[in-house]
Amino acid sequence: MAGDGATGAERAYREHWARLLALLTAELRDLDLAEESLQDAFAAAVAAWPPEPANPPAWLLTAARRRAMDRLRHGAVVARKLPLLIVDEPEPPSAIPDERLRLIFVCCHPALSTDARVALTLRCVGGLTTREIARLFLVPEATMAARITRAKKKIAQAGIPYRVPSEAELAERRDGVLAVIYLIFTEGYAATGGDRLIREDLAAEAIALGRMLRELLPADAEVDGLLALMLLHHARREARLGPAGELVRLPDQDRSRWRGEEIAEAVALLRRRAPYGPPGPYLLQAAIAAEHATADRAEDTDWPAIARLYGALEQITGSAVVRLNRAVAVAEAEGPQAGLELLEGLDRALGRHHLLHATRAELLRRLGRDREALEAYGRALEAVGTDPERAFLLSRRADLSGSATGPETGPGGPHRAHP
Amino acid sequence: MKYVLLAVGDEKVWEQAGPAEREAVFAGWERFDRLLKSRNADRGGEELAPSGSATVVRKDGDQVIITDGPYAEATEQIGGFVIVEARDLDEAIEFARACPSGTVEIRPVVEYQG
Repeated sequence: MAGDGATGAERAYREHWARLLALLTAELRDLDLAEESLQDAFAAAVAAWPPEPANPPAWLLTAARRRAMDRLRHGAVVARKLPLLIVDEPEPPSAIPDERLRLIFVCCHPALSTDARVALTLRCVGGLTTREIARLFLVPEATMAARITRAKKKIAQAGIPYRVPSEAELAERRDGVLAVIYLIFTEGYAATGGDRLIREDLAAEAIALGRMLRELLPADAEVDGLLALMLLHHARREARLGPAGELVRLPDQDRSRWRGEEIAEAVALLRRRAPYGPPGPYLLQAAIAAEHATADRAEDTDWPAIARLYGALEQITGSAVVRLNRAVAVAEAEGPQAGLELLEGLDRALGRHHLLHATRAELLRRLGRDREALEAYGRALEAVGTDPERAFLLSRRADLSGSATGPETGPGGPHRAHP
Repeated sequence: MKYVLLAVGDEKVWEQAGPAEREAVFAGWERFDRLLKSRNADRGGEELAPSGSATVVRKDGDQVIITDGPYAEATEQIGGFVIVEARDLDEAIEFARACPSGTVEIRPVVEYQG
């Protein structure tokens, strides 16, 4: 991403890529052709600007249309023999109609594989190049190019429509779009390889997509919820890693390194939504993250509020991981015994997950039931996957006399099992 | 666009079904059939005999090898197909949802123009 030194063409790319691609796709009924022609138009802009034209997007649109006509005339497209996209008649023309929602819904269609949805969304909506996406996901560029090509082919062949879903399907399909964006975001944090900067880029792209979606679906509370959730987690990025790159648990993070303005933006988004109907899962997760993010010190955290929010989240998701997080919050709010009781019945779903055993171990130790705690640490160690977490558990087991806290419930979101 | 909906399922379940269960399944297919007709989407279809009746003919160079089928051993087999005319994949998915088969694979039909 270019900073202040960006050229006019770079700025135009960032501002207009998705909108122009969405429009061209509707006109040409061919995502592949639209993408290639628009790419060419931006390449021409890099060569021809400055001087910048009076209306850069109109210039780009004209150039892309011309490129598309050239390609069609030279038969480069005919040879592919892919069926045309199924496109509803566009809205009556305004200057440059905003077709981005259609583009988002086609990229996130459930008939595409998850990998394909993520790659297409970053390419077509986010405007990242194939090389950039490949680097973010640590795969060879050729692999990513093939993935995107396959996805575009599937869209055309399977007859995935270029359309905003009907009212009846909209909620379900909207959830699918939110899931893709959140997946891009969590991928930034879950990355097992690569350096830290790369992962922050990915999270920042997800936030940019969240902002765009909010612009397009301003009435949707869950869109606000997702954006707030991502902002709240991302605001803590610099405090999450210690000097050696190790994870720092939420209570131990240096809160002065959290980004206050990002937290404030998220809290404002949530306040706007506060008086309205029953909150959805993203809004609830964001509210939980906001409780953590707005506590001045770890000991000021409003655990009863967090426990209530997890209760509401468990009711709508029925998720065992949410229940585990709720147990941690209840233990903080009401004491370890109440938390321990909430862990009952979770072994079937999470028995092979170290966090269940680690949480049980911490609560047992707080109750002074050291022998049982030792046993639970043992089970947690059998299940644990990563070295830093193993080291942490070993040190907790070795030091059964220190004060105990539960696993961090914040940074990865309650659905994520990573600290 | 034309799509084939392949009804996929575990044949044992059908073999072991009692008369009442079979009645219910047949009624479900009749409802499905009426839906397709009301939307002018029905382009034919058939129920297939169990995969135990399948024969596979494989050509390898000049040789033709005939074996007992089906071509792939799997718990779930294709038990029937329905051809539908749908506006796009979303409408085909709507039909697949209404189809009584527990699993449906949707395959677009390749249509050559001119």
